[in-house]
Amino acid sequence: MFPLYDVIVVGAGHAGCEAAAAAANLGSKTLLITMNMQTIAQMSCNPAMGGIAKGQIVREIDALGGYSGIVSDKSMIQFRMLNKSKGPAMWSPRTQNDRMLFASTWREMLEATPNLDIWQDSVNSLIVSRETIEGVRTSLGIEIRGKSVVLTNGTFLNGVIHIGEKNFGGGRIGENKATGITEQLVELGFETARLKTGTPPRLDGRSLDYSKMEEQGGDEDIVGFSYLDTEKPLNQRCCWVTYTNEAVHALLRTGFDKSPMFQGRIQGTGPRYCPSIEDKIGRFADRDRHQLFVEPEGWNTVEIYLNGFSTSLPEDIQYKALRLIPGLENCKMFRPGYAIEYDYFPPTQLKYTLETKLIKNLFFAGQINGTTGYEEAACQGLMAGINAHQAVHDKPEFTLSRSEAYIGVLIDDLINKGTDEPYRMFTSRAEYRTLLRQDNADIRLTERSYHLGLADEKRMFNLKQKTNDVDRIKEGMKTISFDLGQLDEYFNEIGTAIIMEKVNSIKILLRPNVTLLKLSTYSKELEELLRGVPRETIEQVEIQLKYDAYIEKEKELVMKASSLEELIIPSTFDYSTVKSLSTEGKQKFIKIKPRTLGQASRISGVNPTDIQILMVHIGR
Amino acid sequence: MSISSSISTDTIVALATPEGEGAIAVIRLSGSQSFSIVQKIFKGKDLNTVSSHTIHFGKIVSTLQEKEELIDEVLLSIFRAPHSYTGEHAIEISCHGSRFIVQKILQLCCAQGARLAKPGEFTMRAFLHGKLDLSQAEAVADLIHSQSELTHKMAIHQLRGGFSLEINQFREQLINFAALIELELDFGEEDVEFADRTSLTKLIETIRNKVQFLLQSFVLGNVMKNGVPVVIVGKPNAGKSTLFNALLNEDRALVSTIAGTTRDVIEELLIIDGIQFRFIDTAGIRDAKDAIEKMGIEKTYEKIQQSAVLLYVFDAKTDTKEDVEKAIEAFAQQSIHLIIVANHCDKLIDFELKKMPSNYVVISAKKGMGLQELKAKIANLFHSDKTLQQATIVSNARHADALKRVDHSLAEVQQGMDENKTSDLISIDIKMALSALGEITGAVEVDKDILGTIFGKFCIGK
Repeated sequence: MFPLYDVIVVGAGHAGCEAAAAAANLGSKTLLITMNMQTIAQMSCNPAMGGIAKGQIVREIDALGGYSGIVSDKSMIQFRMLNKSKGPAMWSPRTQNDRMLFASTWREMLEATPNLDIWQDSVNSLIVSRETIEGVRTSLGIEIRGKSVVLTNGTFLNGVIHIGEKNFGGGRIGENKATGITEQLVELGFETARLKTGTPPRLDGRSLDYSKMEEQGGDEDIVGFSYLDTEKPLNQRCCWVTYTNEAVHALLRTGFDKSPMFQGRIQGTGPRYCPSIEDKIGRFADRDRHQLFVEPEGWNTVEIYLNGFSTSLPEDIQYKALRLIPGLENCKMFRPGYAIEYDYFPPTQLKYTLETKLIKNLFFAGQINGTTGYEEAACQGLMAGINAHQAVHDKPEFTLSRSEAYIGVLIDDLINKGTDEPYRMFTSRAEYRTLLRQDNADIRLTERSYHLGLADEKRMFNLKQKTNDVDRIKEGMKTISFDLGQLDEYFNEIGTAIIMEKVNSIKILLRPNVTLLKLSTYSKELEELLRGVPRETIEQVEIQLKYDAYIEKEKELVMKASSLEELIIPSTFDYSTVKSLSTEGKQKFIKIKPRTLGQASRISGVNPTDIQILMVHIGR
Repeated sequence: MSISSSISTDTIVALATPEGEGAIAVIRLSGSQSFSIVQKIFKGKDLNTVSSHTIHFGKIVSTLQEKEELIDEVLLSIFRAPHSYTGEHAIEISCHGSRFIVQKILQLCCAQGARLAKPGEFTMRAFLHGKLDLSQAEAVADLIHSQSELTHKMAIHQLRGGFSLEINQFREQLINFAALIELELDFGEEDVEFADRTSLTKLIETIRNKVQFLLQSFVLGNVMKNGVPVVIVGKPNAGKSTLFNALLNEDRALVSTIAGTTRDVIEELLIIDGIQFRFIDTAGIRDAKDAIEKMGIEKTYEKIQQSAVLLYVFDAKTDTKEDVEKAIEAFAQQSIHLIIVANHCDKLIDFELKKMPSNYVVISAKKGMGLQELKAKIANLFHSDKTLQQATIVSNARHADALKRVDHSLAEVQQGMDENKTSDLISIDIKMALSALGEITGAVEVDKDILGTIFGKFCIGK
């Protein structure tokens, strides 16, 4: 019934969908297996994409030819560029999405992808022979052969859902868990552990009083994620902000004795930066209120996502506490919040390609690697899908460095440091933050993906146009100067000192608060130079010129660190003979086998002395 | 080629005391074979049974020839791993301090499988076994070369980790600062209170002050290591060289009554009260006609620029207070300690002596009068110095260089805050400061510490 596939992707969440699309678009004969075709690309938690650091990732996925950016753009109900008051490296696009439209758009795009088959079934074991993956077995007892397999099981592996004192198996509320795979992988020598995450209750929007909340609208100007010209909505839906109070906290506390977290029934570690409401109250007892975001789930639904109120307390406690929140006095729940525990495989067991070190051509992507977030999952799926294709076609691996992309930072962190809590991306994890901006993901990545065969001609054409325009404008500005008095009006307006002599336009642009667009209104030549150029390109020129000095500084900083990157550790190096290494350091080195001293230095649990010792041993 | 491949297997041996004759000499071995090697040349207890940190009497015998030959009677100090300086098995052989005996014992050890240690190898092993961190290992080198009580104190303090402690405190403070900045960046959408810029500015100011204080201590620490320069100046024939010699108790400088005898500068080290000073005798200052003397005077001015203490010597018989005041005007603006020394006071009568301003030091270099007072006054300048009271003095040029870069980056942070730059840009300079600090102690991982601080302190998460 099934042919021999090049790539079999297990799971159709954000990671699985990107993996399947990438492999199929590259030309691999690909099969996507999902337990339920109705839940392809589900947004299991909040109906939003992007945000700080995550928005950059979505743009990177798009620049590489993934689908997440396009799908998010097509299904958005609100767009905001976060952190606009900070420098451009911090600007982070975020969309509020229509949950159902997001999923159906993904499914339509997958259905339109050549080389891609879809099969509804549950995989419960892998076919492995001579340490190489050969396919999967499903709950229907079918053996499907594949040259490579990408596992993207999300929270489904031995998932246990907790609500108060109740708990039951499930991968998402109302859906079955997946069993068998963890047990088999452990038998094959994999290490596994448990993580926990949670989600807030969903409310009936008809029962809320929005007049008691603060409204939060979208940006007037929708930038979106995709570098292709996706269609943007004409109007947007707004969100609202409300707050908990002491009464809410007091009521929630009455349920603490039934909390699965506080009672120790949940063993998995939850994310510190996405704590449940009971965790926030417990750990930050001095705070008298916590912010909550009231987010609509789509254009045509009344369902509301209560962002900030993730909880696993008993449903009646949730209900009573909700009703003490301003605007929620009469609220009705569609379903309660819950916590879920699931298996993950510490990602130090992976190579840079996301292939497992133990089983050839078996790849892991998404929450199975201990990450959290749609964006983190999607980009891993993309990289795993690409590399599965490359591997079965004997093509070189495709990896990104920490200086190329947040995706590079993410994977390098995962495979070297591992993680003991759900891993989320932060801009502070990237040492090349000023370089890894949302506005230049195409410049950083599209050409590489184009040569790979994933990013198409249209993307390459757009990129070339953008970079040509940028170069042309930068070159042209070198000969454009402003005369005495020419800018007095502008400078008075923005409160900067007027010029006392003829000054070059680039130098003027370096001044704070000066924008290229506004500057061009004072010079015919400059106006001419910018004519017909898209605004994003003009912005690109501005950012490149204004932040050049900082990018250089950042480079200097990283160069110092990366001198370690050039120190190659021979693959035959025997750590066990180096008696002076710390025990933990030695174990980690043996397990991870770092390629360079730089990689070794980023392994968690390795102390600086271990690195200095290694440096001495590999002969400086 | 790396020296490491053999590092953990080899046993090394070296003379631990200075070369040459002495009452005793100490030969040190370190490595897993230390005990078996020494056992083969030692007549006494079974070294496998003796416990660590004990001393044993016995004989070193040569077994190289057929007949056993007694080399020396020695004491062995036993150190078992990891409780030794290097962290390995170690033995110190205290023998009699003859070159022959030392050579013989070293040969015997090598014949039994030890090899001669390379310079610094014992300390490197200590470092490799985690006994010392980088800055401590550097302190060992300083300790060995310390020539005065103060430099010794500085090195000991660093060896005990005092300096690392201080640097780690800066690091912690800067990480806290970075956490506040990063909080704003990564969690700008969250409902947390962001630190206001004024308190951040203050924090940076405090840290910068401390860094600068340490940097100032380097100026001192450095002169301490090389000797505090004390320059003796004055007109020709004021008795500078006589004073120089009297202080050093030897006829080092050429002395004569012909004005302009000293045409070059002469330097000599002297320890007073635990501080090492470098006394510098100079050519007398006058309008010289002789080209060579002119050069000497130029050199004098050069030395004055580099001095920490200036001794202005004048002839109390011939020069008046006004003459002196006029003469020292030229040095007054220098930021150096100036001591005015009235020489030839043995030739003054009581009445003239009483007229002498109280801040002048009254001496007779020729008669050795007032020299103790002068020495005490010089030493006191440093014992009362505030920088010396603090625990940590930077004496290592590498550390000073790193601290300079820390200071520079912090200045950029301050400037960025003044210009109201966005936090992401300020963050780059903080990270540069942290990276420079990390060079001193070797602590490198920053982002994890920053995030850990944020999660520990703030309620993050929607």
